Amino acid sequence: MIHAHDSAIVRTMSRLLIPLIQLFALYVLCFGQYGPGGGFVGGVMLGTSLILGILVFGPESPACLVAKKVTHGDGIGLIIFAGVGGLCLIGGGEFMNYSNLEIPWVDTESHRRYLGILLTQIGVAVDIAVTAISIVFSLSLIDASEESHD
Amino acid sequence: MIEHIEAALHRPNFIAFVVLFLWGFFIMITHPNLVKKLIGMYLVQTSIIFLLVTVGAKKEATVPILQGSDATGSATHQIDPADYTNPLPQVLTLTAIVVQVATLGVSLALVTAIYQKYGSLDEDEILKRIE
Amino acid sequence: MTVAFEISLLVLLLMTAAGAIMVKDLISSVLILGFYSFLLALVWAWLGAVDVAFVEAVVGAGLATVFFLLTLFGTASKDTHIRRTAAPAIALIGLPLLGLLLLYAAEDLPRFGDPESQASARVSPDYLTGSLKETHTPNVVTSVLMDYRAFDTLIETAVIFTAGIACALLLRRKQQ
Repeated sequence: MIHAHDSAIVRTMSRLLIPLIQLFALYVLCFGQYGPGGGFVGGVMLGTSLILGILVFGPESPACLVAKKVTHGDGIGLIIFAGVGGLCLIGGGEFMNYSNLEIPWVDTESHRRYLGILLTQIGVAVDIAVTAISIVFSLSLIDASEESHD
Repeated sequence: MIEHIEAALHRPNFIAFVVLFLWGFFIMITHPNLVKKLIGMYLVQTSIIFLLVTVGAKKEATVPILQGSDATGSATHQIDPADYTNPLPQVLTLTAIVVQVATLGVSLALVTAIYQKYGSLDEDEILKRIE
Repeated sequence: MTVAFEISLLVLLLMTAAGAIMVKDLISSVLILGFYSFLLALVWAWLGAVDVAFVEAVVGAGLATVFFLLTLFGTASKDTHIRRTAAPAIALIGLPLLGLLLLYAAEDLPRFGDPESQASARVSPDYLTGSLKETHTPNVVTSVLMDYRAFDTLIETAVIFTAGIACALLLRRKQQ
């Protein structure tokens, strides 16, 4: 259903925009604690950059192959988020109580909670990005599985 | 009677919420086209989120990010909560918006699956083709 | 000036929603809905909820429109024109009555912009004063979302993951 766009203007502008969108998404993700932004928006923007590649360059292009490899990571974001909670259990406290995270160079309780927030934001961003790409693959009826070796 | 109308006029966000919610609900119930029903569902969800955010707004308050001398972290400086908008409804809203788009994705996948099997988006046509 | 600007934004919002409902073609309706999301983000940024406005602009005006358009491009063009049917009389009479009943209860809600309302009185001043000392984050919304109320965000991440799996189960079948 989706085929590669035939206008050179659209293809060139997309080649320029995709890395810019990814850079801005990483900025918004890392500065979520000092300004608006955070995990949700950063994740959706990361997914959007690859969706732009799929829609403009078609199902056989390198952008689409990268996106198919990325969808293998479905669920890694949830493991990261729950894993941070598990690390807090290992450190001696309750589940998701970041003040018990045992990381070597981080001493004060407020710095441990800051680090806990940053790690969980990365987990949420990865989860949302992969889910957005996966839903676009499902809705556009592209076959996203690899060939099975018989 | 007059004080009821005056009370409603002092809350324009509530009037906008009621209009959007009931109109979206009406579209969801009466229209025969499947995608149009999903547009109605989208309007219902956004109207509820709109009410949640506007309940937390305060007059002459700024964004809930600590700024200026409040952000230095000194132990003696007191932060005045009336300077900042209430952050709790915004937290509920962030979760609600992302769940809204996830629900929309699943509903559209259902509509696509129905279209592939029966060939139409109109519910009367689909009921005829089932028999 | 401020109150007139807010009222005019709300009126523009209602007119855009009316336009999205009354247009006969589905693709135009979806694009007007994208504009409605953008206006909603503008209203929220004006009221001081910048995080919410950011998420709504990216997710509502971006992702939701893309999902709708992908679904509609898979259908033939005869399906994107809507026919008008007569609405049932019960809905036409009952829903405005329900609206009047909801508006009758308006005086129990706090006034628009009231700083003394009960929604802002109990727990949220504690979050505002304690966020920088306890978690080293000036953005109170992020610290409440990811630290004080982290369980909600964990389960919401699970919901998003489940939605992706559900879409894949419905639509990715190998053609036998």
